[in-house]
Amino acid sequence: MWMSPFFTRSTSVSQIMLRVLLALLPGVALYVWYFGPAILVSMTLASLTALCTEAAMLKLRNRPLKPFLSDNSALLTAWLLALSIPPLAPWWLVVVGTAFAIAVSKHLYGGLGSNPFNPAMIGYAVLIISFPVHMTHWLAPHGVGSLELSFSEQLAYIFNSALPDGATLDAITTATPLDTLKTQLHMGSTVTETHHMPIYGYLAGKGSELVALGFAAGGLYLLLARIITWHLPVAFLAALFVTAELFHLSNPAQYAAPLFHWFSGAAMLGAFFILTDPITSPTTAKGKLIFAACAGVLTYLIRVFGGFPDGVAFATLFMNICVPLIDAWTQPKVFGKKGGKP
Amino acid sequence: MRTLHKFHGGVHPPTHKLESTRSPITLAAMPSRLVIPLHQHVGNRAKPVVEVGAQVLKGQLIGRAEGRLSSAVHAPTSGTVLAIDMQQVAHPSGLPDLCITLKPDGKDQWIDHSGVDYTQTSHSDLRHLLRQAGVVGLGGAVFPSDLKAYAHKHKIHTLVLNGAECEPYITCDDMLMRERASDIVHGAEILRELLHAEEVLIGIEDNKPEAIAAMRQAVSGCAKCRMEVVSIPTLYPSGGAKQLIRILTGIEVAAGIRSTEKGVQCFNVATAYSTWRAIAHGEPLLSRIVTVTGNVANAQNFEVLLGTPVDELLAQAGCKADTDRYIMGGPMMGVQLPSNRVGITKATNCIIAASPALFPPPPPAMPCIRCTRCAQVCPAELQPQDLFWFAKSDNFGKAQEFHLFDCIECGACAYVCPSHIPLVNYYRYAKSEIWARERETEASEVARERHEYRLLRIEREKQEKAEKLAQKERATLAAKQASAQPSTSAVEPDDAAQQRIEAALARAREQAAASHPQNTDHLTPAQQAEIAAIDARRAQAHAAAAPQPNEDK
Ligand code: SF4
Ligand code: SF4
Repeated sequence: MWMSPFFTRSTSVSQIMLRVLLALLPGVALYVWYFGPAILVSMTLASLTALCTEAAMLKLRNRPLKPFLSDNSALLTAWLLALSIPPLAPWWLVVVGTAFAIAVSKHLYGGLGSNPFNPAMIGYAVLIISFPVHMTHWLAPHGVGSLELSFSEQLAYIFNSALPDGATLDAITTATPLDTLKTQLHMGSTVTETHHMPIYGYLAGKGSELVALGFAAGGLYLLLARIITWHLPVAFLAALFVTAELFHLSNPAQYAAPLFHWFSGAAMLGAFFILTDPITSPTTAKGKLIFAACAGVLTYLIRVFGGFPDGVAFATLFMNICVPLIDAWTQPKVFGKKGGKP
Repeated sequence: MRTLHKFHGGVHPPTHKLESTRSPITLAAMPSRLVIPLHQHVGNRAKPVVEVGAQVLKGQLIGRAEGRLSSAVHAPTSGTVLAIDMQQVAHPSGLPDLCITLKPDGKDQWIDHSGVDYTQTSHSDLRHLLRQAGVVGLGGAVFPSDLKAYAHKHKIHTLVLNGAECEPYITCDDMLMRERASDIVHGAEILRELLHAEEVLIGIEDNKPEAIAAMRQAVSGCAKCRMEVVSIPTLYPSGGAKQLIRILTGIEVAAGIRSTEKGVQCFNVATAYSTWRAIAHGEPLLSRIVTVTGNVANAQNFEVLLGTPVDELLAQAGCKADTDRYIMGGPMMGVQLPSNRVGITKATNCIIAASPALFPPPPPAMPCIRCTRCAQVCPAELQPQDLFWFAKSDNFGKAQEFHLFDCIECGACAYVCPSHIPLVNYYRYAKSEIWARERETEASEVARERHEYRLLRIEREKQEKAEKLAQKERATLAAKQASAQPSTSAVEPDDAAQQRIEAALARAREQAAASHPQNTDHLTPAQQAEIAAIDARRAQAHAAAAPQPNEDK
């Protein structure tokens, strides 16, 4: 017999995921504007790979295809991964990363809802560990590189690794602003000197800072649409800001300003789209604050003192491990058992 | 302006209240027969005091309250007792229960009755009258009101009158307040007196402005009453007693604690109304207001004689042809009726005719994505996603640790879950499993004790016998002056018995562990019925919580 409640509010998982995908669009649009349409190619590649892998895994695990293929979660994983790796990455890099993310870090752990780690970040981690060189070839923003590829040339490079005659990889790609800063500091320049380099814009990397702003705008939409709560993004950004500010105050020449960190790398993407993956983040409000704050501090430390170009992925993965503990520690008091209150 | 307090969470389901508030309360037509359950309240089933074939008058006692926690049942109209037997009843368990079937004679002839002046009547007499009149909580809990209107241990400062009616579709309290406000207020005054409460707060959701206005007027007409009508924000489940108490007083009454311990008692407005009718007019509880809505042509509220078959009532509202299910109560917490032939009871506030179009079956459940939308709306401030996980994996100990029994089954979590998981079914399942297990341990505990006692007795008797035998033998031996060879016969049987006892104990332990002792021989019918109800609920919850085909296990 069917029991109460007899009706439900009909926002489905697939609608929620779809809105998250939509919220990524402003950032993606700016991305295309500043770095060319290559990112759309890798997003499409990742999407196709994700859907195929998802279907294959569902078949293997004997699950119905339709409800799970239409839940949009695989697409979201694909997009997040594509946005985390260089747009000019060769096609097989995207395919390998996405397939690994879906097959291993999602389905081998039990599929939707059961994966302890953020699949996109697992995909990223696997790629950066296995193919570190390919992961550093970022496109220079519009108007900065010595040579800009047309769309067909970008396609040719993605699928055939073919560059136009006379062009070198160095001419069209550059290190990320975060990486550049690290290298420059090693070579003895100060933060201020570095900021005068052409790849820097107002606060952080030219172009990429605006892409980050686009992601932040999408995140704001998610907040307003109540898809996510404020806890994760606010705690993450606040922790990143405070940590950066403390170091910056101690030595402004050596440590970049907090806003630089906010608008560099995957900070905004992480704050609003990656950490907020509900499956791999804590469920309690207090737990979310702790989780995201720790991730913020870790991100900073990995960025500044670690060997990787960005810290968001590893900070996220590390904090993913702690989720069960955090949840267990932060169980809120239930109705009537809080004491104190009137 | 009174400061209102917030409870955590809550949802805003579509209310669907307008449909049934367009016309005034109508007296339902006299049904062809009445099927009156003798167990319409919390506690022991009433004992029938009439014979088959007896002529009864309206208001005549037909079921006597049995024991302290019980309530009386009366003939809702004059007529002939056709049968006293087990019938299907409007209860979630779907189990039959003892009912009196009455054929109305159409005269609707009252038994002699008269009211009393409550100001001139002692409190214990008033409570007695309530008990005699079969007044129970009409908000759905059907707890005998005489017991609730008694606070000897704790000082009650506030009487909360619940007119929130937060469930969608239901409007019986709304209409009652609009049309019979002054009776409600007078009834509340009696209850306040009985409780020695300092003030009465009447909480009504702000989507019922007419009811609020009517009640305010009635309160202002009662100069000496210390009452206040408080308009509260519409938010499901503000009509839950604990939520309403929180909203009006800021006091949180934890699960397992009575609100009286915190100085508050809560009655439904309809209960206050019935209290007044019982005391001032001597009318026992014979009818109640029932909202008939959903897939009907004319949704409205009826004043319905208890025992009226649901189908006859629905026909008066123009039940549409594609109706496939009947829901008692609202869509959030209501129960599906086992049949449309069951009689209306004191707990029936609303009948919804449901069709596949009105309540389409939910889409297949997806796995939980830990989005915590459920936790955000849970008024008990639980973590429904964790409870779900524990219930699903039969981890009942953990579920209890995570306050499973604080869950009021309001359904808010399942209402918002984007994965369409029937969360409340899982909680019902877990609760009934835990109850069943506790009952089994209790029963096996009793059985074990009895068994051990018997074994002990046998052993003792054997020992005594052996002792005697040994003494006799010794005596014979001594008498014969045989060689001083002590007899071992006293030891041997002992050892053997010991072994047997141990074997038996081991067997008993095995049995206790493996079997489900049904220690039902000394239980009252009420207890048996309760056990049966739990079992049925359990079977139902089992079926409902059966793993979804496409869900990970
Ligand atoms: S609302 Fe549903 S999917 Fe979301 S956490 Fe609760 S049970 Fe899981
Ligand atoms: S049904 Fe229980 S768990 Fe769900 S919202 Fe209501 S009280 Fe909370």
